Amino acid sequence: MSDFIWRNAVKIGLILGTVVLLASAIGMVEKFDERDLIVGILTLGQLLLYIPALYAGYLTVVGEKKHAPAPTLLGGALAGFITALPVVGLIFLATAWPGIREYFVNVSPALIEILTFGQGPVVGSLILIGIMAGLGLLGAAIHLIPVRVRRPIITALIVTLVVSLFSDVPLNVANQLLSRDTVRILFGTKGITVAAAIIIFVISLAAAVFWEWRGRDMRQSRQVSQDPAATKRRQRIVTIAMLLFLAILPQILGIFLTNVMAQVGTFALMALGLNIVVGFAGLLDLGYVAFFAVGAYVTGLLTSTSDLGLGMNFWLAMPIAVAASTITGIILGIPVLRLRGDYLAIVTLGFGEIIRVLVRSDLLKPVIGGAQGILNIGRPTIGNFEFVTPQHFYYLILAGCILAWFIASRLRDGRLGRRWMAMREDEDVAEAVGINLTTTKLLAFAIGATFAGLAGSIFASRLNSVFPNSFELLISINVLAIVIVGGIGSLPGVVLGAFVLVGLPELLREFEEYRLLMYGILLIVMMLVRPEGLWPSAVTKREMHADAEDAAREGIHPEQTAPLV
Amino acid sequence: MTLSKRLKDVDWIGVALWIFRAVIILLIIIGTIRKLFFGVGVSYTPKDWIDFIVSGLSQGGLYALIALGYTMVYGVLFMINFAHGEFFMSGAMTSTVLVASTLARTGFMNEQPVIYIVLVTITSVLTAMAVSLLTERIAYRPLRRAPRLVPLITAIGASFFWQNIFRGLFGGDLKPFPVPTVLDGRVSIFGLEFLRTRIVVFAVSIVALIALYLFVMKTRTGKAIRAVAEDKDVAALMGIDVDRTIATTFAVGAAMAGIAAVLWAMVFKQVNFFMGFVPGIKAFTAAVLGGIGSIPGAALGGLLLGVIEAVGPPLFLEGLGVPGAHQLKDVTAFLLLVLVLIFRPQGILGEPMAEKKA
Repeated sequence: MSDFIWRNAVKIGLILGTVVLLASAIGMVEKFDERDLIVGILTLGQLLLYIPALYAGYLTVVGEKKHAPAPTLLGGALAGFITALPVVGLIFLATAWPGIREYFVNVSPALIEILTFGQGPVVGSLILIGIMAGLGLLGAAIHLIPVRVRRPIITALIVTLVVSLFSDVPLNVANQLLSRDTVRILFGTKGITVAAAIIIFVISLAAAVFWEWRGRDMRQSRQVSQDPAATKRRQRIVTIAMLLFLAILPQILGIFLTNVMAQVGTFALMALGLNIVVGFAGLLDLGYVAFFAVGAYVTGLLTSTSDLGLGMNFWLAMPIAVAASTITGIILGIPVLRLRGDYLAIVTLGFGEIIRVLVRSDLLKPVIGGAQGILNIGRPTIGNFEFVTPQHFYYLILAGCILAWFIASRLRDGRLGRRWMAMREDEDVAEAVGINLTTTKLLAFAIGATFAGLAGSIFASRLNSVFPNSFELLISINVLAIVIVGGIGSLPGVVLGAFVLVGLPELLREFEEYRLLMYGILLIVMMLVRPEGLWPSAVTKREMHADAEDAAREGIHPEQTAPLV
Repeated sequence: MTLSKRLKDVDWIGVALWIFRAVIILLIIIGTIRKLFFGVGVSYTPKDWIDFIVSGLSQGGLYALIALGYTMVYGVLFMINFAHGEFFMSGAMTSTVLVASTLARTGFMNEQPVIYIVLVTITSVLTAMAVSLLTERIAYRPLRRAPRLVPLITAIGASFFWQNIFRGLFGGDLKPFPVPTVLDGRVSIFGLEFLRTRIVVFAVSIVALIALYLFVMKTRTGKAIRAVAEDKDVAALMGIDVDRTIATTFAVGAAMAGIAAVLWAMVFKQVNFFMGFVPGIKAFTAAVLGGIGSIPGAALGGLLLGVIEAVGPPLFLEGLGVPGAHQLKDVTAFLLLVLVLIFRPQGILGEPMAEKKA
């Protein structure tokens, strides 16, 4: 029986050890080490080393039925020990052969310093091995603790880590509300202090314990009172509270975070549009940035006061820009009407690339400025009031998002939404029951493009200028990732996705170079573990459950039958 | 029948597509005529045109090699392996940084150019195969029964993942690829002069294409790949290990990409972490042009795309008076992709697609 644990420990240790080795070799550990989580105790780089060891210990023993404590703990320790080995190999290699840096640019002396705790290769490696084996043992020990004790502790730990990672948010809020001295007690230059960590841990532990013991009764009682009128009333209250919260948000957040929120809003607006195309109608569009570009460029051309522009009023230009995007959506939609699935994806990708190359080319340079872009784009005004600061644009974008949300939710529940979803499930059947695929598809493209055009228009005016490199393929992928990670077809999911994929990376700006790596990992992990997204729509969730039941009956693993498009 | 009723019966989309097609063909013809008979734009000698065609063919050979990976994977899984360009990139990066630059520094490169190229190619092929097997195992195999959008998304994820891993490992700057001095300069064939690298690249790609064709048609493994492409379940009943065969398909496709990577590096003399994206899309275009799922199709599509891309901009774009026509090389390729997918999705050699494939 324990034979199984040893083999598992070696396998998992080697896999996670390779992960740690890669993270070190690509420079993540070194870069992340600059960021304190809890001042003086833990840096993000160290976390990157320790989490795999902890996880290795946990994975080694989890899943099978409970083993005796001794082999469990030893297995965990072994897994942690093996996780450390590849990095130790790296330490000795780099020490023995300093020329390694010519090949692997990120294996620097500073990295080795971090890995060995500044104690030299032999002692440092022993410390590292000791810590990681200990963490593996701890990970295995977690499995031995009863669930009701374990869950609150893990929750509280995660909350503490997350708060310390995004300490910019509470720091900015605290700067607005608390006195300077209090702030200094709670926050370091980066990360939180030990005192703050303890406070957060205790509070979240108390909340988690409360939820664990009391919450179960509440959850049961809620299932009984499923009165539709009450649900609706509750929803309305939540909506109003949300709107009020969003309205006062800029007052709490300060300039930097409001700017981040404006960025999140721009992407949320685009994602709401792409959600109609991909989520509702099931048409995978990889060239979505084209419509954003059209909206931005038309606004720029109409309102700019430079040589290229007409100097028009923003409120006149915006509807024209949005209409131009809508028309582009229809024009690009017509040729691809008869394509399906991945072919559609590639053709739209081709369109996006064509537009990108054209925008940069000499061919259109006299009209739209080539690589120099368009400058001096007009700001919106109401009477004498001019939109200038991030706060002003935050409200403009918020209004756009609310409008888009409203339109999307009404369309979803209306006839058109039903037609989209029928088409998404099966085009042939949809056509057979009398749905006109041509208009249904074109409407999806057109409305999706409209939202992107609106986002582009506001974007151009917020930045005051447009350049070709704001419209890379990456934007399309980014928006697609938002829709998928948030929950395909789900409006709250899409907004949540924008917060997670745009907002959080903005807060971790210093790690910009690893952002795409994280995106890649996130997309893969999301599809493997939770293909319905973070906040799935009710329909998708129901389908998941039905599928899981079917799968259980047929003996298929539920994750392999994800209901997506 | 009244006019209004007749108008209602017209297939408007069909008409729109016909107009679109007619306009494109007309533009190409006008551009060509203006270029050839009225000499609009830069004037080229016949020798220039032959140079365009030869460099197009050798470029096309590379597209064909990369396209094989797309076409074979599509054949067995009906899935566009978006990350295939990264297999190509991984081979080029690793072999350049770890092997090529070291051997060039020690002087081994110019003493033994053949062994040098062989060593570099082996490194490139092995890296590309390893990367492809890892990708298949982690990002594709667990999702084999998932809806088709799901593996496409993991493929995009894998693509970003590998790009950034290799950027992190070897750095984000352009790396020079050392080319043996033997390959410098021009060689004269039939009284015409060609760049040596171009000739070598073309010859090697043709040999690799033929070798792959023989592998798939004549060996047991190749037979298994074809059986799995035909029907996975029946193949499994015949005692074929489907998972293993699919992995082999990925590895073989990646090996071709690995060879292409070294040849590509020889032509362009530099590599970086983003080099896989554009060749990836172009090679996919080639695969679609030739008929996706068909190996001779990929070869034909690659060569054709190479030539069109090389000859197109100077011929009809300059003929139309477009400024900076060479900048629009990529547009020619992407436009070709769009046109093929719209008007002949089965490609030149492909069989008409069944519903489940299209």
